[in-house]
Amino acid sequence: MLLRHTPKEIKERKALTINPAKTCQPVGAMYAALGVHGCLPHSHGSQGCCSYHRSVLTRHYKDPIMAGTSSFTEGSSVFGGQANLMQAISNMFTIYNPDLIAIHSTCLSETIGDDLNQIVDKATTDGKVPEGKNVIFCNTPSYVGSHVTGFSNMCAGIVKGLAKHTGVAKDQVNIMPGWVEPSDMREIKRIAAEMLAKIVMYPDTSDVVDTPQTGEFKMYPDGGATVEDIASSGDSIKTLALGSWASEDAAKLLDSKFKVPYEVLDIPVGLSATDRFVEALSNAAKVPVPASFVAERGRLVDVVSDMSQYLYGKKVALFGDPDQLIPLTEFLLDLDMVPTHIVSGTPGKKFTEKIKELCAEKAPNVNVMNGKQADIFQLHQWIKNEPVDLLMGNTYGKYIARDEELPFVRYGFPIIDRIGHSYFPTVGYTGGIRLLEQILGALMDKIDASADETKVELVM
Amino acid sequence: MSEDKKLPDPSALKEEILAKYPPKIARKRAKSMVINDSKLDQEVQSNVRTIPGIITQRGCTYAGCKGVVLGPTRDIINLVHGPIGCSFYAWLTRRNQTDPGPEGPDGENFINYCFSTDMQDENIVFGGEKKLKQAIQEAYDIFKPKAIGVFSTCPVGLIGDDVHAVSREMKEKLGDCNVFGFSCEGYKGVSQSAGHHIANNQLFRHVVGNDDTKPEGQFNINLLGEYNIGGDGFEIDRIFQACGINVVCTFSGNSTMGAFERSHTADLNLVMCHRSINYMAEMLETKFGIPWMKVNFIGGESTAKALRKIGEYYEDEALIAKIEEVIAEELPKVEARAAEARKRTEGKLAMLFVGGSRAHHYQELFKELGMETVSAGYEFGHRDDYEGRKVLPTIKVDADSRNIEELKVEPDTERFNPRASEIKLETLQEKGMEVSDYKGMNTDMADNALIVDDITHWETEKLVDFYKPDIFCAGIKEKYVVQKSGIPLKQLHSYDYGGPYAGFEGAINFYTDIETMLSTTIWKKLKAPWLAKTDTDPCICAEYVA
Repeated sequence: MLLRHTPKEIKERKALTINPAKTCQPVGAMYAALGVHGCLPHSHGSQGCCSYHRSVLTRHYKDPIMAGTSSFTEGSSVFGGQANLMQAISNMFTIYNPDLIAIHSTCLSETIGDDLNQIVDKATTDGKVPEGKNVIFCNTPSYVGSHVTGFSNMCAGIVKGLAKHTGVAKDQVNIMPGWVEPSDMREIKRIAAEMLAKIVMYPDTSDVVDTPQTGEFKMYPDGGATVEDIASSGDSIKTLALGSWASEDAAKLLDSKFKVPYEVLDIPVGLSATDRFVEALSNAAKVPVPASFVAERGRLVDVVSDMSQYLYGKKVALFGDPDQLIPLTEFLLDLDMVPTHIVSGTPGKKFTEKIKELCAEKAPNVNVMNGKQADIFQLHQWIKNEPVDLLMGNTYGKYIARDEELPFVRYGFPIIDRIGHSYFPTVGYTGGIRLLEQILGALMDKIDASADETKVELVM
Repeated sequence: MSEDKKLPDPSALKEEILAKYPPKIARKRAKSMVINDSKLDQEVQSNVRTIPGIITQRGCTYAGCKGVVLGPTRDIINLVHGPIGCSFYAWLTRRNQTDPGPEGPDGENFINYCFSTDMQDENIVFGGEKKLKQAIQEAYDIFKPKAIGVFSTCPVGLIGDDVHAVSREMKEKLGDCNVFGFSCEGYKGVSQSAGHHIANNQLFRHVVGNDDTKPEGQFNINLLGEYNIGGDGFEIDRIFQACGINVVCTFSGNSTMGAFERSHTADLNLVMCHRSINYMAEMLETKFGIPWMKVNFIGGESTAKALRKIGEYYEDEALIAKIEEVIAEELPKVEARAAEARKRTEGKLAMLFVGGSRAHHYQELFKELGMETVSAGYEFGHRDDYEGRKVLPTIKVDADSRNIEELKVEPDTERFNPRASEIKLETLQEKGMEVSDYKGMNTDMADNALIVDDITHWETEKLVDFYKPDIFCAGIKEKYVVQKSGIPLKQLHSYDYGGPYAGFEGAINFYTDIETMLSTTIWKKLKAPWLAKTDTDPCICAEYVA
């Protein structure tokens, strides 16, 4: 057994986290910054932070992830990191010539109290930022929130640093997609294009972390929301913020700064959340929902109705991030599956409330926990006490799946042992079909592998 | 190196690289880029601060301490005191294989677990010692481990949590659990290297020598600086077993606390990764009288050579005969596989930028494949790893190194026992064996090879462009950068999830994997056919004729 020391008996823990269902803020900030075209993310802290974040993002995307670090030493930790950051800004523009640098802090620079605002101001005054280039930043103390908080903070940092208001209204809708895959961002753009809705979406990591292999390395790939597009978002009609945890703060900031009203929606994962997204975009952009969407939606509904016998009543354990888990839970309920155990390391009281509300009718006994000590160890113990039929979560779930012989669908961050998430979306109606394909595939593979020889079915 | 095989002179490349840097940085980087000349004693500036913003491969002290040295030990709970990320990123990412088999299916193995105090802002403001104590108690209550290691992350050092005091207190309270701390904050030192040193110190201080039980074997050695990545240690153990050599303890691949505790009972220390573990070798020699030798089990020939060194050390005819028997059995298979692979690898070019030993050791395997290493360097090596330990007395200790504790070690009043006479060790040394010595990487490299310490992204791009190597060896962060340039990259931290690459079977695996990478069809199909065509080819987008 891989997790042989995990006991069935649950002891209350107050201080120890075991097998976390979250990581720290800066990696989210780094990922969000990659969604701006020509941007070089920068980690203001020890070298290890930057190295670890680049490593996990690289393993997840199997694509180059470029970023700089302030390379703190003991001296800079005592005297402050201003000199390191000033030098880093200057060196990065000189050597690597990005359009902009997006700085995030770390627990180290936050604890010593480095003031990013002041340092960036000084770098600008001292002429370290070339004409026409930008430096944006956000605070990402690792001891608050989770990786999702860091993503959200960088989204707000992008608004703060780049969004503008010209006074001339633009007939476009802003979409803040939340922490989703490049495939999902591409799909959201396709949906909007098909609806003839004019949108500005940021961050947008499509064509940044899923780049083509052409034999030519591009330090700044073709993708990413452009500085011009982001600037124009202050003139948009409305912002659709997908996922409260990852996108709401940035949308709120755009509203308070430039009076662009916003609406928070779930990430369009599954049938119902996609329905709401399509209608909201149609209303915001004042465009009709095209007939083709009836067909797209119908294909998803068709697969569900064709295969419901394999889904109905199946218990599912899930872990991941709130913005994904909420619509995913709703989708599982639409499939008549039973969300049974749900954990997220990301804090936020409204998560458990929302999950309980969703599950009230069909899965009233759902075990749900987030924030402190809401870890995969806890989830595993719950599974030992009340077994499930399916596990969904990031790659770390495979240790539980193997020990408990559970069908396992990889979903969330990081997925470092399979490919697909970069290329095949799970948002929208088509994304729903992909999720179903994965769920059914996992369940049916187990049926095929474990059925008595006399009971193996050719047709399913 | 003979004149006719001399590599191209990279002087112009070096100038071009430096021209991009501001003058001060160019001056600094110039000292870390050396064009190898075997006739000269050349200094390679290393183990110095990385320039902020330059885009480095390096990680932090915590990574070197918790990730590298302590990570592979299965029966200790490694509790990271800090915000969640540090523990999360070091969770199972180094591929340290371990086999609790000997202790049965219930044998202790915490490697698949990740433990953290997950510090919150209130812990930063009011201190985290209380939470740490509670976390140690909870870990003990649930798992009853025999040891708990506590690792400090950046904010812990800054707010002044005393992990050592907490560990002492909890060790006393728990009674049967060895609790000890590591001040391995990420900002210490200039790279992972400082963390290796800190890990060595604390293992030596709190664990080594705790159990005097004598080993049962006839030839009892410790293997130092072998981390069982991809099962390397398993393969070396297999060979040792075949030769009748007993491994008391490996630092730290597939290790247990018990093995560390008994490691002072061995006769000889064999050092693989000099950079990460030479401190332990020196301390074991000073305190207990165990001599050490540098060996390399990477490469078929190197493995045979390392085994013969052990035979020579013991001067035992039966052992020497057994070693020769094992070599005679294994090496021809390795050579045959190399000969087969060379049909596809001969004359190809390799570059290695990794680690503190690997960039040196793996050159052996490429030699066996008939491949030339045109450029190499370490991520966190010191001057002695490049130039040999002979330069140790001349290395200036800077502020960053001075901050890392040097343990004051004295001969143990009761247990110091020199395993070999001075004369014997000198004789072995004269025979060319690296007794208490390491000759470094430079001497094994061709003239004109470009040695680059702590290579930057910019330098990587320029080197790839200049040499157009057939294979580039580095880590995960460089993997796809280089591959997007159309050149396959072999990860030498994780082996691209393959291996083992050590020992005889490891060499065969490596030949096969390199042969595979060099023969993979897709590298020839990177360009769309219509773009790959020359200008004179008919254009596929010919004018439309109505």
